Amino acid sequence: MAMRDPQPETLAGWGNVPVPGHERLSEDLERASVGAVLSRGLGRAYGDSALPPPSEREVLGTRLADRILAFDPETGRIRAEAGLSLFELNRLFLRRGFFTPVTPGTQFVTLGGMVAADVHGKNHHVGGCFGSDHVRRLRLRVADGRIVECGPDLEPELFYATCGGMGLTGHILEVEVELKKIPSPWIWGESRRIANIDDFLASLKDFSARYPYVVGWIDCLSRGRKMGRGLLDGGRWATAEESAGRPLPRTPRLTVPFNFPGWVLNDVTARAFNFLWYWKHQPRERRGLRHPDGFFYPLDMVLHWNRIYGRRGFTQYQCVIPEAAGAEGVRRFLELLTGRGGASFLCVIKDCGPEAKGLLSFPMPGISIALDIAVTPRTQALVDALNEQVIADGGRIYLAKDTFTRAADFRRMEPRLAEFAAIRDRWDPERKIRSHQSVRLFGDPE
Amino acid sequence: MRVAILGASHGMGRAVARELVERGDQVFVLGIEPHELERTAADLQARSPSHAPVGHALCDLGDPSTFAPALAAAQADLGDVECVVVTAAIFATQEAMEADVGRAEALLRLDFTNTVVFCEHARKILLARGGGTLCVFSSVAGDRGRKPVILYGAAKAGLSYYLEALDHKFHAQGLRVVTVKPGFVKTGMTAGLRPPPFAGEPTAVARRVVGAIDRGSPVVYAPAIWRWVMLVIRWLPRFVMRKIGF
Repeated sequence: MAMRDPQPETLAGWGNVPVPGHERLSEDLERASVGAVLSRGLGRAYGDSALPPPSEREVLGTRLADRILAFDPETGRIRAEAGLSLFELNRLFLRRGFFTPVTPGTQFVTLGGMVAADVHGKNHHVGGCFGSDHVRRLRLRVADGRIVECGPDLEPELFYATCGGMGLTGHILEVEVELKKIPSPWIWGESRRIANIDDFLASLKDFSARYPYVVGWIDCLSRGRKMGRGLLDGGRWATAEESAGRPLPRTPRLTVPFNFPGWVLNDVTARAFNFLWYWKHQPRERRGLRHPDGFFYPLDMVLHWNRIYGRRGFTQYQCVIPEAAGAEGVRRFLELLTGRGGASFLCVIKDCGPEAKGLLSFPMPGISIALDIAVTPRTQALVDALNEQVIADGGRIYLAKDTFTRAADFRRMEPRLAEFAAIRDRWDPERKIRSHQSVRLFGDPE
Repeated sequence: MRVAILGASHGMGRAVARELVERGDQVFVLGIEPHELERTAADLQARSPSHAPVGHALCDLGDPSTFAPALAAAQADLGDVECVVVTAAIFATQEAMEADVGRAEALLRLDFTNTVVFCEHARKILLARGGGTLCVFSSVAGDRGRKPVILYGAAKAGLSYYLEALDHKFHAQGLRVVTVKPGFVKTGMTAGLRPPPFAGEPTAVARRVVGAIDRGSPVVYAPAIWRWVMLVIRWLPRFVMRKIGF
C-alpha cells in the first residue's frame, strides 16, 4: 500500500519539540552514510541531538541496520551493526547469561546511540560509561568519506572523541563491545523510602558502597523539611541460588495512544503522582528478587509515555553537581528548582563515579540530577537559572537531554570543548557532519 | 524444521529467518550479494540457541540459471528441505516505472516470471520428498487494480493466482502453499514512503507468517487487519476506484 506522499515535515527528539526534517531509514549504513549529515538511532535523545541542522532536512535512520556480526559465547564479545537496539540485545542475551556492561534507563536505544551519548547507568560509580569504558572497536564513516576502525588502542584520539561525541565525529557503522556474564537473569534489589535530602545523600553513599546498581527518585515538589524526600533503589544480579532457576516472564506493556491534552499534566497532577508514588512504597524498606525490566527500565512499561506532555512537548534537564559543591550544592539546586515552581513529574538522582575518558562524556564525580519539565514560555528562563547555578558549582549538563542551553553557557561549563573542536578540525574541518544541537551549542555552520 | 529462504538478507526475509532460527529451526539463506549473505548468516548464528553455523549460497532472482544450484546447495547443507520461503522481490514506485519502461520490465520479470520459475524448482523438490511447505510473499497490492500500484500490483496479482492454483493442484500430494499478503510493512523496501494507517512492524509480521507456515494456512494477510481493509477495497465499485487516490 505504497503512498508516495511528501515526507512528513517534521522530526523531533523524545521531548516532542519538532524541527523541519525527516529520517531516511536504511539497512545498509555503509552505503547510506556517504554524504549524510547525521545518523539517528531510535530518537531517544530528548532534545535536538539527533535532528538535522537548519539548512538540511534529512538524517540517516540506523535502526534497520541491526545485524549481529559476531558473538563469542566464551568471552561475551559481540560485534553488531550500529542500529541494533538494546531491547533486542537484552531479549536475546539476558536468558543466555549476558548483559550489557552499562545500560541507560531505557532499552529503546541503539548501540550507535549508546556510544554517541557515551551513556551511563545506575552502575556508573563502578561500571563507568558504555562507550569509553567498554567498547573495544568502532567502525566509522568519517566526513571525508573514508571508513576508519578505531578503539582504545587504535586511533584512540578519534575513538575517545566519538564516545560521547554525539555523532559529530563520524557515522557509527559497527560497534564491538564486551557483554558481562551474569549469574542469573534476575536482580536482587533493596529499596527504601527516604525522608529528606540529607538522608538521601547519606543513603546514596551507603547504597553505592553496597550495590553496583543504584538510583534514586526524588519528589522535587516537596519543600521545607521534606525537601528531597523520595525512594532509593539498589540492586545486584541475583545468584543462581537466589533466583532458583525461575524463568523470566515477558513484560506486559501499556501504550499511550495519542498526545494528551496539555492540561492533563499540571502542578496538581504532578503533585498527586509524586505523593502516591512516595507512599505506595510500603513498608519503608523492601528487599527481594526483581525483574530486570522493572528494575532498569520502569518507564519502558509505558510505550510513548512522552505523549503525556501533549503537543507542547517537554525537555529533560540533567546536570551533575560536582563532589566539591557537596551536599550544600545539591540543596541549593533543589531550593532553586522548588522556589521557581519547576514542577517536575519525575526527578531522578544518582551518584556518579570518576570522569570517563570520552572527551565529551557527561559524568564526573558528584551527584547527577535529572528532571522532566514541560515546555512553557518560562522553560528557557528556568533552564538559564539552573545552568547559572551549575556553572557556578563547576558542573555540566548532559547533551543527550538538552534543548534549551545557550551556547555561551555551554562553553562556560565545558572546558574540554576546544580539544573536541581540534579533533573535529582534523577529521571534519568543514563540519559536514553536524546536528541541530551542534549548530546551537558548538557554533557549527547552519 | 529445515528451511531455505530466498531473500533472507533484507527486510521481511531477515525477520522471518530470525523468527525461525530463534525458536530452533535450521535455515539456509539464499541471496544475491556474498557480503550481505555472510553478515546475515553470522547474525542468524548469533541468534540461534545452539549457536549453530548457518549456511548460505548465491541465488539471483534476476538470473534463473542460479535457482537449481542454489536449491541443491540448500539440500546438501540441510540434508533435507522441508520448507522454502520466498521473500525476495524488487520494488519501484508507479511513477518511476511509468517514466522508465525498462524498470517496469525488470520488475515484472523478477516479481512475476522469475519468482514463478523459482517456485517451480522449489515445488519439484518438495513434491519429490513427498510434500512440504512453499511460503511466498505476494502482496495486498495484487488484490485489486489500484492507481498507485498498477505494475507492481499486476505482478503480485499474477503471482497470487499462480500460488492459488498450485495449492488447488498439489494439496492432495502434500504440498502446502502459503501465500503471504503483507500490507505496508516498515522495512528497507518501503523506507522513504510514508507509512499509511495499519503499517506493520517486520517482527510482528514475521511471527504471523511463521504461524501460518506451521498451520499450512493457504492465505495470510499481515498485519491481520489488511484482510478486512482489502475486503472493503475489493468491493468498492469502479466509479469509486476511479475517483480515489489509492
